[in-house]
Amino acid sequence: MNNVTKMLVTLVVIGAISGGLLAKIFEWADPQIKANAQRETERAIFVVHPEGKKQEKLTGIPDELYKVMDDKGNLIGYAMPVKGNGFQGVIKMMMGVSPDLKKITGLTVLDQVETPGLGSEITKESFTDQFKKVDPTPAIVGKKGATETANDILTITGATISSKAVVKIMNLGLDELRKLKKEGKI
Amino acid sequence: MSKSNSPLNDFMNGIWKQNPIFKQVLGTCPTLAVTVSIVNGVAMGLATTFVLLFSSLIISMIKKLIPNQVRIAAYIVVIATFVTIVDIVMKAQFPDLSMALGPFIPLIVVNCIILGRAEAFASKNTVVRSGFDALGMGAGFTLALIVIGSIREILGSNKLFGFVVLPDTVEPMLIFILPAGAFLTLGILFGIANNYEQKKKDKEIQKAITAERSTKLVTAPASVQTETEEA
Repeated sequence: MNNVTKMLVTLVVIGAISGGLLAKIFEWADPQIKANAQRETERAIFVVHPEGKKQEKLTGIPDELYKVMDDKGNLIGYAMPVKGNGFQGVIKMMMGVSPDLKKITGLTVLDQVETPGLGSEITKESFTDQFKKVDPTPAIVGKKGATETANDILTITGATISSKAVVKIMNLGLDELRKLKKEGKI
Repeated sequence: MSKSNSPLNDFMNGIWKQNPIFKQVLGTCPTLAVTVSIVNGVAMGLATTFVLLFSSLIISMIKKLIPNQVRIAAYIVVIATFVTIVDIVMKAQFPDLSMALGPFIPLIVVNCIILGRAEAFASKNTVVRSGFDALGMGAGFTLALIVIGSIREILGSNKLFGFVVLPDTVEPMLIFILPAGAFLTLGILFGIANNYEQKKKDKEIQKAITAERSTKLVTAPASVQTETEEA
């Protein structure tokens, strides 16, 4: 066997063996990975809707959106995963809104890489709980120092960009929901 | 020479004499990035050790079958396979750790410790010796990450293993969990390690000199001794 064929054969054999091995392992792990993601989403949904007992993914729409029901099966709101750019990277959040989209029932940050001690304060309840009291129509506004209108959210000192990023992501999510509502899809 | 080839010696080599971080300065990128807490450090160290061990074993097993020209490509495929296994298993079994370590698990593929040991050791030595060398290197890497991780976790967030160890009155030095703190910690540790080695070397030289002098004194003619006595 000449050298070139030997090289080719060696690489093909090694590649085939590792490919086969990985396929087997992935087959075993894939259901668990999906279950983990599912569990994480479900946990987040019930954080933003503390009264929710059941959730159901809405189909037929382009976004990922969950309907949340209480124990009698009445609709108590929607939960929507939203994401956008923060100060250092992507911020992923779960947003809970009432069925008429007039009230935010909760907000939890799923994933963020903001500056520890400054931007990472967006995960604290002292910041996220503000959204429960705010009036989200027509849009939420991030303000420094003091809030003036019912639309205002107080930004975190030293983390204005991170705070405003959260507000922006929320507004985009709400716009999306309003659009769906207008089209009669939810 | 039989002593220097023993498996124990291969293992101990990685712990200190050729420690991948402090001596070979390999794999500093994951070292700087993941050591914000001791748990992350341990997880990264163990994941790397796993990949190092299995790729070293496989590579030293198949070293004679691989044509020399494509050896690096073949090593990388073997390494990448084990890294992907670690990544998938971690995602399935330890989703929290997988989230914390993020892209640094897939990046073990290009960690120079692994390819470095494959090329420098596993491709030239027996399977048993390669296995011990890999374990030693992995242990040395893990220990280094534990040291850096614990320093950064204590100073940066007053915690160790996630438990509060310093009182609230001590303000946590945030800089230590930021990238700058990683460089400071690693730099100071390099300094300490080099200083220690330098002192040890100096002492050895000193010892060699005194040993030489004393042998000279013993063999020296009697007249020299009387001279010193007079003085």
